[in-house]
Amino acid sequence: MTSPTSTYAQAPVLQVRDIVKTYGGVTALSGVSLDLVAGEVHCLAGENGCGKSTLIKIISGAEKPDSGEIIIDGIAHTAMNPSAAIKSGIQVIYQDFSLFPNLSVAENIVLTAAVAERKRIYSRRVSRPSAKAIVDELGLTLDLDADVVNLSVADKQLTAICRALVHDARIIVMDEPTTALTHTEVERLFALVETLRGRGVALMFVSHKLDEVLAVSQRVTILRSGKHVITSPSSEFDRRSIAKHMTGRDINDARVVSTLAADTPIVLDVEALGLRGAYTDISFALRRGEILGLTGLLGSGRTEIAESLFGASPAEQGTVRVDGEVVSLRSIDNAIAAGIGYVPEDRLSQGLFMEKSIADNMIAGSLDSHRTRWGGLDTGKVRATIQRLFDRLHIKAPNVSAPVRSLSGGNAQRVVLAKWLANKPKILMLNGPTVGVDVGSKEEILDILRGEAAGGMSIIVISDDAPELVASCHRVLVIRQGHLVHTLEAEDITVNTILERMAE
Amino acid sequence: MNGFELSKVMGVVQRFRGANNEGVLAIILLALIVGMSIANPAFFTLTTFFAIVRSSIVSLIFALGVLIVIISGGIDVSFATIAIFAAYSTVRLSQSADFDPGLIGMLAIALAIGGLLGLVNGAVIARFRLPTLIVTLGTQGIFKGILLTYIGSQYIADLPASLAAVSTMNVFQITTDTGRASLHIMVIPAVLLCLLVAWVLRNTMFGRGIYAIGGDPEAARRAGFRVMRTQMWIYVIVGMMAAAAGIIYMIMGRSANPRDLVGGELDIIAAVVLGGASIFGGRGSVLGTTLGVLLVQVINNSLILAGVPSAWQRTAVGLLLIVGVGVQALAAKRSSREIRALVKEEVPA
Repeated sequence: MTSPTSTYAQAPVLQVRDIVKTYGGVTALSGVSLDLVAGEVHCLAGENGCGKSTLIKIISGAEKPDSGEIIIDGIAHTAMNPSAAIKSGIQVIYQDFSLFPNLSVAENIVLTAAVAERKRIYSRRVSRPSAKAIVDELGLTLDLDADVVNLSVADKQLTAICRALVHDARIIVMDEPTTALTHTEVERLFALVETLRGRGVALMFVSHKLDEVLAVSQRVTILRSGKHVITSPSSEFDRRSIAKHMTGRDINDARVVSTLAADTPIVLDVEALGLRGAYTDISFALRRGEILGLTGLLGSGRTEIAESLFGASPAEQGTVRVDGEVVSLRSIDNAIAAGIGYVPEDRLSQGLFMEKSIADNMIAGSLDSHRTRWGGLDTGKVRATIQRLFDRLHIKAPNVSAPVRSLSGGNAQRVVLAKWLANKPKILMLNGPTVGVDVGSKEEILDILRGEAAGGMSIIVISDDAPELVASCHRVLVIRQGHLVHTLEAEDITVNTILERMAE
Repeated sequence: MNGFELSKVMGVVQRFRGANNEGVLAIILLALIVGMSIANPAFFTLTTFFAIVRSSIVSLIFALGVLIVIISGGIDVSFATIAIFAAYSTVRLSQSADFDPGLIGMLAIALAIGGLLGLVNGAVIARFRLPTLIVTLGTQGIFKGILLTYIGSQYIADLPASLAAVSTMNVFQITTDTGRASLHIMVIPAVLLCLLVAWVLRNTMFGRGIYAIGGDPEAARRAGFRVMRTQMWIYVIVGMMAAAAGIIYMIMGRSANPRDLVGGELDIIAAVVLGGASIFGGRGSVLGTTLGVLLVQVINNSLILAGVPSAWQRTAVGLLLIVGVGVQALAAKRSSREIRALVKEEVPA
């Protein structure tokens, strides 16, 4: 790529030049270059595994590149280390924020600066005012004395941003900053990003959410499979073109839902479900072959409702009927026996055995239905099920014995799906089915869900990803502060109505 | 009472409770002392008090070391072995070479040995990132074997003169109507060590680094803390503190037995955890640990006074540990649920 430096009035604060990085023969980055300019938000977009994270790690000094250089204020470095990066004014806000949960907000804000200055003595009395100064300057309301572990995700993020600024950061890199935020929190973050731009900070915003990329940035760089694809002002992109550059093909996120006949039988009937401290008086019905969206802000109770229906945290009030029969969902066993399956939000920790093979993971939830007459495993039947699902879900792996750890996010998600499909549940609930999954895989996962619904399965999608709900759901239930406040149907289901009803 | 007053009272209560339930612990300790004093007047005497203090000294120093390790997110079960290894080797060396470098010299030798053994723990843990329990369980066995095979397995009844001289020294001694009460001189290093560790943990970057590593090691690394170096130092310090405790133990016991101390590790760890330190790392305080150690000692003492067979002491400590930690865990679970409920009710739907 030719250097775009000359087209900008200001010299870039940070340039990376021709970075190459390989991990044991696999090329993560091949000759990537990028400029950051003060007061500009530069988006780095790309699918999972395109090399975004590796590039951040190299900029922050956590990884050393095989070749290439990092130029800060005209001085070239072949590699950074974490302390040197912080000293040059580079701050990375990781997806997990890298905060200390056991320490107070104030201490979290000042501690890394103290480390960078190689201080030996720490004083609460001196550090608290400097933390307060930053929080006040940004006009935030943060309880400085609260332990970080008790904060909401959004407040944790604000703490991380404050921490970055204590260092007089000139370059702030945010890795997927909006993944765990709700719609209003994202807007607040974007307002803060504007404030930071005003202070002359150069921001790098890493994301694969197309709308956000367009909303927040002035320039966009797209990577695909470790290669630089394009860098252009964000005004020259739209959703479609970004998706195309990211995946290398055309992506379709239009609304595709089957028509349900008026007399379609009701499979799941939930009546006045309640759980103290989580949600109250939730009633809805789910029909055969329907895809129902369950949405709301983080903490609205949407996840708790699903967990109650799965028997993981049983409801205290209300009745649930499956196929007209009242069922008691006091445990996960009850739920599975009633034909209810649940793909949890955090699939890595809750849904998969990472070290085990794809095949083992697929069959782990349905061993009972693959038994011979004598109680042993029917290996022929097992093999058939595994192969059928492996082919149907288009899992990209050399074969079914590859460990799940070796798969990308999208493919791992398909294995979780396969595990539940092997059980042939009547009702399948999926929490954030495409969280952390790139646009290409997202489309395919939604297609798989549509296919299963067409085959007679009833599906509940728990998500705050509005485009995904629009693309796949017959109806969308909006939960706010534990109450079912809206039921959106047919043409009411648009990205804007969903976002408005969630936040109101 | 209106909401404002209520929140003020809650604030005071919260502050008294302390970050790690130190206030609750203090109340339990106080209640136990009051209860025992009513049940048996012999309990509420200066003699008993000094006896409890005396029996707490070694435990307290061990507990301070264990506290540091637990805050950093690790666990050390080799400290008692290190203590006896360092102290016994020092005494043995002095005896066989017929050389007495004085109290300070003896202590220096023991600290060097303890630090070295701690370095072995630290190096293996930090370099190979192995689970701390397994590593220290392993080194405990190795150290003990080396001690008994190569250094000595015999009971030494006569301490070198420099150590023996301190054995009977008291800070002060008074004769009361219930008998003679004396406060052993070794309470001074224990108290000084408490103050030092508390200061280091609160007011140095090294101390805050220990909390940071215990909170999230990866975040600590990204923040620029030298995690590996800090971990090494933690185990070296624990080794040195154990060595000091070992020497003090021998001074107070006026003998050196290579088979002593080992076996009591779990009592110490129990005291630290009772004192509010989180077994998952990142939490704990010197005040809490001190209270935890005192509580265990008071229970042991009061059970003896109450005529309960000593075998039951272990049962009592075990029970206390499970109940204490269990109550804390339940309270935390409930309060998080109540906070959730509260947040929901604050904003009308």
